[in-house]
Amino acid sequence: MKNEKIKFKDRLKDISAGLGDSLKESTLWGSIFRPGSPFRKGYSDSPRNRSYVVMNNVLYHLHPVKVKRHGVRLSYTLCLGGLSFFTFIVLTITGIWLMFYFRPTEMAYVDIQSLQTSIAFGSLVRNMHRWAAHIMVLVVFLHMSRVFYHGAYKAPREFNWVIGVILLILTLLLSFTGYLLPWDQLAIWAVTVGGNMAGYTPVFGAQVKFALFAGLEATEATLLRFYVLHVLFLPFIIVIFMAIHFWRVRKDGGISGPL
Amino acid sequence: MVDIPEHLLLKTAEARAKALGISVEQALAEMRGEAEPTKIEKEPDVIEVTPIEVEVKETPAPAAAVKETPAPAAEKSNGQVPTEVDFAPETKVTQRLLTVVKAKPIQKPTSEPVDKVNTWPHLMLPEFISLMAMTAFLIFISAILQAPLLEEANPNITPNPAKAPWYFLGLQELLSYWDPQIAGVMIPLIIGVAAFMAIPYIDRNKENNPSKRKYAIMLWTFFLAGAGTLSLIGILFRGPGWNWTYPWIDGVWFDDLLDWVHFE
Ligand code: HEM
Repeated sequence: MKNEKIKFKDRLKDISAGLGDSLKESTLWGSIFRPGSPFRKGYSDSPRNRSYVVMNNVLYHLHPVKVKRHGVRLSYTLCLGGLSFFTFIVLTITGIWLMFYFRPTEMAYVDIQSLQTSIAFGSLVRNMHRWAAHIMVLVVFLHMSRVFYHGAYKAPREFNWVIGVILLILTLLLSFTGYLLPWDQLAIWAVTVGGNMAGYTPVFGAQVKFALFAGLEATEATLLRFYVLHVLFLPFIIVIFMAIHFWRVRKDGGISGPL
Repeated sequence: MVDIPEHLLLKTAEARAKALGISVEQALAEMRGEAEPTKIEKEPDVIEVTPIEVEVKETPAPAAAVKETPAPAAEKSNGQVPTEVDFAPETKVTQRLLTVVKAKPIQKPTSEPVDKVNTWPHLMLPEFISLMAMTAFLIFISAILQAPLLEEANPNITPNPAKAPWYFLGLQELLSYWDPQIAGVMIPLIIGVAAFMAIPYIDRNKENNPSKRKYAIMLWTFFLAGAGTLSLIGILFRGPGWNWTYPWIDGVWFDDLLDWVHFE
């Protein structure tokens, strides 16, 4: 066990051991990797360099140099907040890929069909995007439950919980707007059900439904509306709120606890 | 020699002149090396120190050691070599109490120091591993599970039942219990969302230890159980006309997982 540990530490020291020295000595290499980077020549595993890995790096925008010991135990956050973010990244990447092959018009259904049958990896990427969307809703919800059970919404983190609820709603809206895009029977009727529910709003019901559907019922105008919301508007908003969310986690003194 | 600015030189000369009782011009000349330096006639006052017998402990702390080298000024005074002592043995009172200053730091620590570890590698490595694990899992299920694609959208053919996406099915089930025309949908929804946002402001209990917030934990667990039950009913037990069906008798109406479980 002890031996294993040392071996692993040695691996950390030499992330870039396989790369040639002449490459690592070049001006270009040195200009890319700032001092403290494990990819620089002569990196040694010292407390100072461990700090520099984060501090001298764009990562400093996300992570502090040091974190509370209990916070890094996998059993504490279960990495759920992180996984919410990762799924979002995966969704962004696969989503951009899908955009190359999709038109939010009467061609939408045909585009999805040909994506699945005649485009390399089309089926795989579509499946990834779809399942990742389901996973994200689930993971965000589990993250919320984790936060609740830890009482992590208590002072000074009250407002980050509020931002979290906004993130949950945005996540659901992203998923819901995406649901319509394949333009099949599943899509149109799920959205119709949702839209009709919104239509029962007292007083403004008709207006709410009209704004949502871009008309009286789900049509191609609705498809375009949902598409723009799905690929541009909602991701834009959610990224802003995520930035605030992460920033608040740090400003509120890092992860809460220990219990 | 480095050029010393004139005003600084003058200032120094004035100070020297004052200390030695000579004229400023004289001092300036001395400093420029144009005249012999004035000999210091007046000896500084030396406070006589009575030598104190000190027992040298086995390992005296460095500060407590008797200084062997006497101050040069004191040496000149009267031939006698005074011993400088920078501490007083406990038996001898050599000072009087002027005031008591409470030992108080200038900066007041307001929080306990916490046990911390470096982000790299202790946090970033697990993060990286879970990222890889999740990606691998995603690629795996995407390779074996086909996402559903039904017939092209047709506003004229209403499927029965028409179900919302799964995460809204609990809500759809809940809403089926009242007439939406009367009870409304958006208003309860907005109140619900506002209630969620208000949780931290309602729960004023400062404890975060589970054993000290049993009530809160119980409420959330009820919420989870309720939401889970409603969702499962909506997903598995609702068929045409939103009537109760048994999945093992009547089949399942849940197209999200169409190609996963082969119903019917
Ligand atoms: C897109 C969705 C979300 C993302 C990407 C996200 C991300 C994160 C991350 C990375 C953390 C750091 C700690 C951890 O991993 O648990 C965190 C903490 C936190 N999140 Fe979220 N989150 C999301 C949604 C939510 C929701 C829905 C809530 C609650 C309503 C919430 C409330 C909080 C709170 C209060 C903390 C501080 C927890 C602590 O200090 O222990 N977040 N979030």
